[in-house]
Amino acid sequence: MIGKFIKSAGWPRIIIAAFLLGLFIAAPFVGVNIYTSFNNTLVRFGMNGIMVLAMIPMVQAGCGLNFGLPLGIIAGLLGATLSIELNTQILEWLVKFGTQYKYLSFLSQEFVTAYRQPIGFASAIIIAIPIAAVLGWFYGKLLNRVKGDEMMIATYVGFSSVSFMCIAWLLLPYKHPTMVWGYAGRGLRTTISVEGYWLRILNDALAIDVNEHLRIPTGMLIFFAVTAVIVWIFMRTKTGTALTAVGSNPEFARASGVNVDRMRTISVVMSTILGAVGIIVYEQSFGFIQLYMGPFYMALPAVASILLGGASVNKASILNVIIGTFLFQGILTMTPSVFNSVFQTDMSEVIRLIVSNGMILYALTRKVRA
Amino acid sequence: MDNNNNQPLLRLEHIGKEYYGNRVLSDISFEINPGEIIGLVGENGAGKSTLLNILFGNSVIHSTGGYDGNIYLDEKLVHFTTPHQALAAGIGMVHQEFSLIPGFSATENILLNREVLNGSLMSYVFSERVSTLDRSEMHKRALTAINTLGVNISPDMLVNEMPVGYKQFIEIAREIDRKNTRILFLDEPTAVLTESEAEILLSALKKLARSGIAIIFISHRLSEIKELCSRILVLRDGKLITDQKSEDLTLRQIASLMVGRESLRKEEKLIEDIPEQPVEIGDINETLDLGQKPKKKKKKKPALKVEHLWVDMPGETVRDVSFEVMRGEIFGIGGLAGHGKLGIPNGIMGLYPAGGKVRLFGKRLTLNRPRVALNRKMAFVSEDRRGVGLLLDEPLDWNITFTAMQNQGRFLLGIPYIFQVRNEFAMAKEAQKFIDALGIKCTGTSQKAGELSGGNQQKVCLAKAFVLQPDILLICEPTRGIDIGAKTLVLDTLKEYNKEHGTTIIITSSELEELRSVCNRVAIVDEGRIAGVLPASSSAEDFGMLMMGQNSNFVGGEEVNTNEKEGENIA
Amino acid sequence: MIRKFFDIVANNAVPAIFILISAFAIPLSGFSASYLVQELLTRIGRNSFLILSLLIPIMAGMGLNFGMVLGAMAGQIGLLFICDWGVVGIPGMVLACLIGTPIAIVLGIFCGHILNRAKGREMVTSYILGFFINGVYQMVVLYLMGWVIPITNPTLLLSRGYGVRNAVSLMGIRGVLDNLLPTVIAGTEGAKQFLNVNGANTYLLLQIPCLDGAIRLPLATFIIIALFCAFIIWFRKTKLGQDMRAIGQDQGVSHSSGIPVNRTRIIAIVISTVLACYGQIIYLQNMGTLNTYNSHDQAGMFSIAALLIGGASVSRASIANVFVGVILFHLMFIVAPMAGKNLIGEAQIGEYFRVFVSYGIIALALVLHAWKRNREREAARRSMRGDK
Repeated sequence: MIGKFIKSAGWPRIIIAAFLLGLFIAAPFVGVNIYTSFNNTLVRFGMNGIMVLAMIPMVQAGCGLNFGLPLGIIAGLLGATLSIELNTQILEWLVKFGTQYKYLSFLSQEFVTAYRQPIGFASAIIIAIPIAAVLGWFYGKLLNRVKGDEMMIATYVGFSSVSFMCIAWLLLPYKHPTMVWGYAGRGLRTTISVEGYWLRILNDALAIDVNEHLRIPTGMLIFFAVTAVIVWIFMRTKTGTALTAVGSNPEFARASGVNVDRMRTISVVMSTILGAVGIIVYEQSFGFIQLYMGPFYMALPAVASILLGGASVNKASILNVIIGTFLFQGILTMTPSVFNSVFQTDMSEVIRLIVSNGMILYALTRKVRA
Repeated sequence: MDNNNNQPLLRLEHIGKEYYGNRVLSDISFEINPGEIIGLVGENGAGKSTLLNILFGNSVIHSTGGYDGNIYLDEKLVHFTTPHQALAAGIGMVHQEFSLIPGFSATENILLNREVLNGSLMSYVFSERVSTLDRSEMHKRALTAINTLGVNISPDMLVNEMPVGYKQFIEIAREIDRKNTRILFLDEPTAVLTESEAEILLSALKKLARSGIAIIFISHRLSEIKELCSRILVLRDGKLITDQKSEDLTLRQIASLMVGRESLRKEEKLIEDIPEQPVEIGDINETLDLGQKPKKKKKKKPALKVEHLWVDMPGETVRDVSFEVMRGEIFGIGGLAGHGKLGIPNGIMGLYPAGGKVRLFGKRLTLNRPRVALNRKMAFVSEDRRGVGLLLDEPLDWNITFTAMQNQGRFLLGIPYIFQVRNEFAMAKEAQKFIDALGIKCTGTSQKAGELSGGNQQKVCLAKAFVLQPDILLICEPTRGIDIGAKTLVLDTLKEYNKEHGTTIIITSSELEELRSVCNRVAIVDEGRIAGVLPASSSAEDFGMLMMGQNSNFVGGEEVNTNEKEGENIA
Repeated sequence: MIRKFFDIVANNAVPAIFILISAFAIPLSGFSASYLVQELLTRIGRNSFLILSLLIPIMAGMGLNFGMVLGAMAGQIGLLFICDWGVVGIPGMVLACLIGTPIAIVLGIFCGHILNRAKGREMVTSYILGFFINGVYQMVVLYLMGWVIPITNPTLLLSRGYGVRNAVSLMGIRGVLDNLLPTVIAGTEGAKQFLNVNGANTYLLLQIPCLDGAIRLPLATFIIIALFCAFIIWFRKTKLGQDMRAIGQDQGVSHSSGIPVNRTRIIAIVISTVLACYGQIIYLQNMGTLNTYNSHDQAGMFSIAALLIGGASVSRASIANVFVGVILFHLMFIVAPMAGKNLIGEAQIGEYFRVFVSYGIIALALVLHAWKRNREREAARRSMRGDK
């Protein structure tokens, strides 16, 4: 019984889960506030959850782990920066629509001003999604041509798009004073604060203060839940079912009249869009938009999380996402606080490297069905 | 080429083999003398490859419990557990698939892992592997081996630039170069050769035999066997049926020995419930109507008409095939493995690149589009159950309903083209219906298909096809890899389905007897072409002759005559 | 015919693009020829050895060995120890190699076993393995050194008493190999000036009249690299090399002909890792400082990019690819920031451009390789059709 459990869960997961449990048990004894830890874990769970969710479509469609997540993140960054750049225009347009069309008449000046922040956040997402869809479509076409090598190529597509965007961030004609370098008057800054736009817009929505250390970011968790439900429903549609079959056995799917390449492209588009939305949610909580090399290594934690949650290179579920993100973020938050108290040193970076990459290695070296 | 030595080179005593309680080989005894060429013939599944695997020490044999009986080499008992032991003892093997390194030259391939090395100090300090290769000596040796074969191939030619025939010679040259090779097994070496290449090969083999090497030659081309071999062994159902001088056997006799007659009797019980009629090709429709639903009577049109079909299916190439299948008929496609019989249904269903004309109820079918084929109400059960037929990691209800869901929009909730979610309740209900109807042994509709036994998996594949409510059902190898009880069940299910729904069924199978027991007519495919179409009641040896590529002997109504010969004793 | 043309283009597209880029960027940068040559010679000496270490796994069909960073880390550990013990000069380098070798062998064997478990996706696995071992390396260097592993030299350690500093000066061995056989190539004028400054005896001088400056040539390093090239040429001719080529093309056939496939693959990775360890030591003796936590990371990426720019692919690489690659890659590396500055007025653009090119070129090479392989698979299938 126990043997079977260990076999199905895999040693690394059990070790890591036990490690996290140990950290939580040890925390009170070394003077770490359990509420603060839990609070941090929850917040980081909400921040990262959607990016982990972005792994599901591609894994299910047999495209492997999406190491090319930075591509989606770039779309998200474009959405975020454009929403700030165009903030005033967008608000003006909305008011104009409100006066033009009767059924939009609720869009009064007062209304728009009052809901400036949610509108900004929504516009970031609405701008990001089509960009992500287009990028994802090309990316999907590319991956269809390189079947069998998706993961390595995805990694480098991610890297090269990030470094390409580094050039673009410098050259794109952004003008907004809070975003461009003050002295040159052009070129985006490396980090851009979203304060005054949509800082913590989800975190603070409906937030529940349990005590001074624990504040449940209800809005963000609900947002994650809604996204998860959308993914869940999508995987149950006719397309989602076909997509899963493609990942499970492409030959079967082909013999059943499914267009395998099309399904794979759809999964990549889905994954890229989720990555874009994910980074915007991350930024609203984090408070800053990180440009340039910021998105560089963002795929690895997401990949590691879903694997930690029990997914394999070709099967993943929402439950894997929830468990994995919680475990991974839990370790990231608990390790520094506990280790700091015990050893007076922060080992979280090293632990993160070993845990996340060890987990990916473990998944890659598992025997797959031929 | 009589035995000029006192002791045989290789002697087999009562060799037998069982795979998981399934006896595939029993009591095989024969001997080979130096310089002798022996022809080994038999249908697919007669036990040829198992026998080769035993003699060559393949790990499959060892890992499934070894074999019975004894093998003597030079009258010394040997027992090979790895191919390397067999090689070391002087047994060479040329496989059907090429085992050559494509980017290497002929020389490098002939001497693969037997390279001539320059001695050096390094090799004493470390290992032999750090010595450099003696290229000129290697070149010489390769040339000698190639010359022994009597062909003209440059030793420096790269294998991937060679015509297929050359590759075969390189394979053989590799075995010849092995200094100690005394017995050579050749498994269908002429299958990929042109006629002139095959002739060169045969004369090369004769030359080799004169130098004292014993050869065991497997081929489906009986004329070749008869020309080359001094003795012929016929295997059938894992038994050695005949061991005779080739002069004493006619082609027809070999064919009939291979296909067998005692098994036919056993089969006749199975055939009982099919109306057995002397069928003539001309008025097949009338004959068929006796066994089918009366309402189909007026239809004279064929359900499926195939003209000059070619299919590019690896290992099962179809070159030029034309045939007709009548409405409500059960049509069989038989032939040896690798000759293209599997390519026909796979090509019609659009799974492999294909060309030619296929008409379905008079209307042209677009090839190369599985979706179109499915929408035209054809259903397909693949021979590759685990590779193509099933989603092993998904539950049974998925497996059974998926194709219907994707192509016919069933088992879905919502608005078509806009938003449709799968109806898991309906899926499970449909799956359960078939689980009950076909008696699929499982824990429930949510069990994963990969966890079922072969027979039950096959039933799931059938269910998947039945759910589509097809007009034409194409089934490949319906009984491959499943136990006897399940076999009968599967075949009975097919017959019943045909009776109840009037569905036209095309069965492709390597097991001729099975085809003859279920089908109305059987087409035999040989080297990518149809060798002939016979009524199921035709004699076994007629089928055998077709399979052996002897269709030239068949003209006109000869097949009717052969029916009368049935029961005659050949020996 | 068209296929052939496609192949030629596909095989040489990358170097051709780079020659074009350089042709535009060199004049834009405004660097003098002698400056460029000097820089290139230095960089060839610095990087070639690392890049050469990639060749053997490619021969064995294991793709680009992203796991070479394992060797680089082993070399760095060796260097940290000699710094601590104060061993300087050539003996220091040799000692660093001696310490690094067993570590590299162990890591190489580990890497080989892991890769044998992940056949068909060696590259992504070795890539992640690099990160994983990087975590272990950081654990050792940042926490265990000075605590469990004795480090006596306080200048190496962080102020808290354990863990190695981010930047370690390698003054003791800086340039010792490069200047072992000091050589200068110079024009007549340049030679005079050079001798005035440096004195006459210490330098081997090659005079080429048409040059205007003086160029230092790291002769000893070049000799080591030449020896390494000779080693690779010899290695290809050995039985082991032949076996690796066979395995690289078809593991199944190799196995059935009796070649120990998995063992040979491990040997290939071990050789590569050990050589990468030496390569990193040579690289760092030229640089003179060790970025404890970054040097190895960059070593892997830049070496692979350079090799690919030289026209190598995932399955085929030659010594010529190494040198063409190192020249083209570093030419771009030198001129890109200046060219960017002169063109758009922003040096940063050039910096980002070269990073983009490094990654983009790896992505492009991987895509071309996978694409070509899938096309060939298709063609092989078609050839089986025979006469239709």
